[in-house]
Amino acid sequence: MSSHHESILREPLVTGQNITYSKVTEDILVPVENKPNKAWWIGFIVSAMGAGLWVFSVSWTFWFGVGEWGLNKTVGWAWDITGFVWWVGIGHAGTLISAVLLLFRQNWRNSINRSAEAMTIFAVICAASYIISHMGRPWLFHWALPLPNQYGSLWVNFNSPLVWDVFAISTYFSVSLVFWYTGLLPDIATIRDRAMGTRRRIYSILSFGWNGSVKTWQRFELVSLILAGVSTPLVLSVHTIVSMDFATSVVPGWHTTIFPPYFVAGAIFSGFAMVQTLLLVTRKVMNFENYITMFHIESMNKIIILTGSIVGVAYLTELFIAWYSGVEYEQYAFLNRVSGPYWWAYWIMMTCNVISPQLFWIKKVRTSIALSWILSIVVNIGMWFERFVIIVTSLHRDYLPSSWVMFYPSWVDVGIFIGSIGVFFTLFLLFLRVLPAIAMAEVKLLLKSSSDQAKQKLIAEKSVDKGQAEYYIESLEKYDSISPKVAEYEKV
Amino acid sequence: MSNIKYILGHFADPDDMMHGIDKLQENNISVYDVFTPMPIHGIEDKLGIRRSRLGKVAFGFGITGTITAISMITYMLVIDWPMNIGGKPHFAFPDFVPIMFELTVLFAAFGMVGTYFFVNHLAPGRAPRVMDLRATNDRFVVAIDAKANPSHDKIDDILKKAGAVEVKHNERKYVSYE
Repeated sequence: MSSHHESILREPLVTGQNITYSKVTEDILVPVENKPNKAWWIGFIVSAMGAGLWVFSVSWTFWFGVGEWGLNKTVGWAWDITGFVWWVGIGHAGTLISAVLLLFRQNWRNSINRSAEAMTIFAVICAASYIISHMGRPWLFHWALPLPNQYGSLWVNFNSPLVWDVFAISTYFSVSLVFWYTGLLPDIATIRDRAMGTRRRIYSILSFGWNGSVKTWQRFELVSLILAGVSTPLVLSVHTIVSMDFATSVVPGWHTTIFPPYFVAGAIFSGFAMVQTLLLVTRKVMNFENYITMFHIESMNKIIILTGSIVGVAYLTELFIAWYSGVEYEQYAFLNRVSGPYWWAYWIMMTCNVISPQLFWIKKVRTSIALSWILSIVVNIGMWFERFVIIVTSLHRDYLPSSWVMFYPSWVDVGIFIGSIGVFFTLFLLFLRVLPAIAMAEVKLLLKSSSDQAKQKLIAEKSVDKGQAEYYIESLEKYDSISPKVAEYEKV
Repeated sequence: MSNIKYILGHFADPDDMMHGIDKLQENNISVYDVFTPMPIHGIEDKLGIRRSRLGKVAFGFGITGTITAISMITYMLVIDWPMNIGGKPHFAFPDFVPIMFELTVLFAAFGMVGTYFFVNHLAPGRAPRVMDLRATNDRFVVAIDAKANPSHDKIDDILKKAGAVEVKHNERKYVSYE
């Protein structure tokens, strides 16, 4: 049935009074159907300036070559691959929310999956642009594909993780795009049927002619489930393969078997932090407080502690194994990380990723919007430093002490990095303007079972155990910052 | 004979709609289709709709992807241009697994979604065949073929009794054509 009742003990996923199906549509489409507010314009102009910087710096790189970056003959990978891994990692939370949480029947994902998936796509675009621009001759990027050619054909080396990565990233990007767009169809149809004139025509083309008949929905649900099923191992494989770019080399500090799970945990960790960074602002600016509640924020913070702790264990395991291996190169690589010239990067990483997320054990911290937002940014910084530490500290002092150097980024490196953040936010803000940021159809599905008002009705009908009802009302006070006044419950 | 083609029962609540479908079926009135703003669980059984076979389609495409990957890599690295890499075997199966996996997922996802779009006639620019514009917003619409079920007053009555907030008699099948 569409509306079997959920246990009263579960926290409500939609709060607020008088939420009807049309109210959900109205609320969520406010940013799409109206002129943007000042906050949006300020954000958009700043981001677009960043995107402009990105276009300039990337064009500069294409024109003059990667020699314009701060790379030298010892450090051949630095901010480029750091940025690439950082962005791919951020993207992973979107797939995790939309696919893994769907398989685990975590209904709270319904109101955050859409924007998290959009984030995935934009983050992978940023990551891919790093890959293209670090190639040196980006117009020959198709040489990474197994295409017939006039050299024999000389094929790509399928034994190389870099070739695996080409397949993994392109599969990941295109499957995520399909997953996201299929999910968008019913919501685009909603906008179409409310719009007039040119807008209607545009959304009509985008809606693929969706009409919401029984058979469409039945197949839609199966398609979503199977896409979730294939995306789950896909997302794990992508970061596993990214980690193998390092782990299959013989560079001390990279050549470790712990890399795949360690990278995957780090990816989910940084991705959730980025979702938190974006959604806390979106929720406020777009007035989505009834749909993205404190319960959502707290749940995401819990995932951040879990994955942050896994990352912490991985850091300590690396140190232990380096010592325990008895290999002097391995031992030196880690000693150099902890106390060498890049000690500050290592300790920024340790503090931001391992120590500060532990503050989320305190309930006051994980239910505070301001602190959650600050800590989510701290995690993003920490995860960038993690990739920097792994890449640069392993390379800058190699086997030959005569070629030991430091890495100094050039303005082009900095421009591309800051610019890529600008590109990401520009795309995200445009997305908020033209497409519904919350999956309306999926939130409507929760309305009769998991919303606060449905639970209120149950209590009013006295069809639930009194103790349980009291527990529920108490939990509202504990978890919810904005909504229901407990006074209203006293009446019932 | 009237020109009415379809009778639409508008419900504001999915449970009322399910109840309405039950009532119609008790009176031997066949439901043409149901248009809703969200998936309704359990409606397939009620309307006697068969299980979707898209799962099998996905499997078929997936296995095609696996076979494509292994045959492509084997042809390129073992048959067409075998290279001696430290005397290691040309057919280095474990190294082929990641790409076999990626292509399995790629083919399964694109094949299944493509099939879904094809069988449901979803395509960019296709004119939406919508019987009522609120069916994508907040109304759960049961459509009844008026030609096949002639007793219109009775249908109206059943729908209203079941909790329909509005009953419409449409002379056009789709309202969305301009």
